[in-house]
Amino acid sequence: MYGNDFAGPDAGSDGGLLGQVEAAEAALRAAAHRGRVEGDPAALQDYFDAVIDADQKIEPRDWMPDAYRRGLVRQIAQHAHSEIIGMQPEGSWITRAPSLKRKAILLAKVQDEAGHGLYLYAAAETLGITRAELVDMLLDGRQKYSSIFNYPTLTWADIGAIGWLVDGAAIVNQVPLCRCSYGPYARAMIRICKEESFHQRQGYEILHTLSHGTPEQHAMAQDAVDRWWYPSLAMFGPPDTDSTHSAQSMAWKIKRFSNDDLRQRFVDMCVQQAGVLGLRIPDPDLRWNSERQAHDFTAPDFDELMRVIKGDGPCNAERMAHRRRAHSDGAWVREAAAAYAAKQEEVVAV
Amino acid sequence: MTGEPLFEVFVRPRRGLSHTHVGSLHAPDAEMALRNARDVYTRREEGVSIWVVPATAITASSPDEKDSFFDPAADKVYRHPTFYDVPDGAKHL
Amino acid sequence: MTTVDYVLRLGDDALVTAQRLGAWYAAGPEMEEDVALANIALDQLGAARLLLTYAGELEGAGRDEDALAYQRGPADFRNCRLVEQPEPDFGVVIAKLLLLSAFQLPCYEALAGAGDERLSAIAGKARKESAYHLDHATLWTLRLGDGTDESHQRMQASFDTLWPFVDGLFAGDDGGPVDPAELRKAWTSTVEDVLGRATLTVPAPVAEPTGERTHLVELLAEMQQLHRAHPGARW
Repeated sequence: MYGNDFAGPDAGSDGGLLGQVEAAEAALRAAAHRGRVEGDPAALQDYFDAVIDADQKIEPRDWMPDAYRRGLVRQIAQHAHSEIIGMQPEGSWITRAPSLKRKAILLAKVQDEAGHGLYLYAAAETLGITRAELVDMLLDGRQKYSSIFNYPTLTWADIGAIGWLVDGAAIVNQVPLCRCSYGPYARAMIRICKEESFHQRQGYEILHTLSHGTPEQHAMAQDAVDRWWYPSLAMFGPPDTDSTHSAQSMAWKIKRFSNDDLRQRFVDMCVQQAGVLGLRIPDPDLRWNSERQAHDFTAPDFDELMRVIKGDGPCNAERMAHRRRAHSDGAWVREAAAAYAAKQEEVVAV
Repeated sequence: MTGEPLFEVFVRPRRGLSHTHVGSLHAPDAEMALRNARDVYTRREEGVSIWVVPATAITASSPDEKDSFFDPAADKVYRHPTFYDVPDGAKHL
Repeated sequence: MTTVDYVLRLGDDALVTAQRLGAWYAAGPEMEEDVALANIALDQLGAARLLLTYAGELEGAGRDEDALAYQRGPADFRNCRLVEQPEPDFGVVIAKLLLLSAFQLPCYEALAGAGDERLSAIAGKARKESAYHLDHATLWTLRLGDGTDESHQRMQASFDTLWPFVDGLFAGDDGGPVDPAELRKAWTSTVEDVLGRATLTVPAPVAEPTGERTHLVELLAEMQQLHRAHPGARW
């Protein structure tokens, strides 16, 4: 599951998500230029609080509460694992993409996911944990990744639905993280969000083309939206009433909006976009509520979410097996590279 | 499992600008680290030059030294051009 | 005058290479290597698209890059057999990339300065990419050849397995500005140098096996299945 928090809708220069990323980057620079926060760094907790109050960033070697460090490691690692595991459902369509243009786009997108996983592991490592430890925790199940990647990609239209809905939900979750109080995470998220701006659009374009293509293609697109809608809503996490980490995360400016607020925002964005696609959102109770100025909608099945997180989703075993296989198949390569590096150092030493 | 060594990556975005820290990566040695940095951190023409530095080779100031390290610079305002009053009529200063 | 087959040969080598590398998503020995292999796949795919588009224009039958990639059967593919060989482990990926890029680099360099303007423009871009591919394959061949006993054996086995197919690199149609056979000297010198530094043995010449190209048949079946299931559809 991705973290969540986002800037107000008016924060961006163009009101769009990319505009919000740019606004977050400008805010980061502006806060940095306001000069050092008043206070005595030796008064650890007070100084930490003062930096956060001033909307400046906590940096790797600063003192920070243990729970802040642990919470960030958990969240960033989970995010990194999600990028790495998230390569699999889409990656399996690279060899089958129906045109060379689509093949190139999908390759570049899956490659970005590997890159984004790496940016995030790098950010997590600044908190005093190694990537090797994080990967071990992924492989032995101590750390989780987003449950969304435990659903299968049955048809090409799933590549479109993942781009539109899954990346769309991820962006709504991620854009606010560009303002996270931990510097390395905020900077990694700014870079990731800028690069990801094409991911959602390519998915939307795939669905639009299919929806306006042959009747079989249209049906394929509708089927994919039907299957990915509720799992995408579940990406925002449990309802606020059950959310465990929220209050402290908000105080520390790791998170600024609740799971339910973000989910609502996502639904409101999707309704208009589905209309343009000519596809139906599979929720008979979806309708505009003029009193709330928002759409009423059916919540995802949170029991299912919990089951999938605990390992009982359609593809959990397959995803982990793939990751473990890549890791163990590559062991001889990593050993060889280390042995070669050691030999070269001996040569230099002589 | 121990993992490959960590390298910090610095990229010069354009001619005329300094190398800037962009993140880190793992590689078996410096030669591979440089190639990995190119692939991981400059996929969108973000750089014209890359440095990779073994993370273990970096000696960092400690946050505990914050005052003794950085505060002495804070009262030397004469190092900044804005400290000086420029007499009326003087140009190109 | 450049023939359609000559351009298809170059384009199909690149396309089949990209198709094989595209299957390596999330399977590299390190995550950094996943990013590197995807870059190389994207380079090969980019060159393939330009070359197939040009081949289609030379042919003049209205076939674009997708018609040529998705609607030709195995018998009409002009790639050398080296590139279609399966890649059961990372050693074979690297060995194949070394053998191929040691050919593609001098080939694109020669084409960049030769008479066909279109090919010259495509090759001018592709040769920079090939130089990077050769560099990447060289670095890994050195590390795997001269790493551990196991990696040495695996790397030697990879080159031994692929060796029967190296003649095919130079056997292409000479209906174009650069005769592949003339590139053999440069190729041999590059490959022998790298294998020597990697403490590997250059295998003795072996004749290319005859028989059905089952690997290519399977590769194309996977690549073309979706496209062919929806005749005339746009994607």
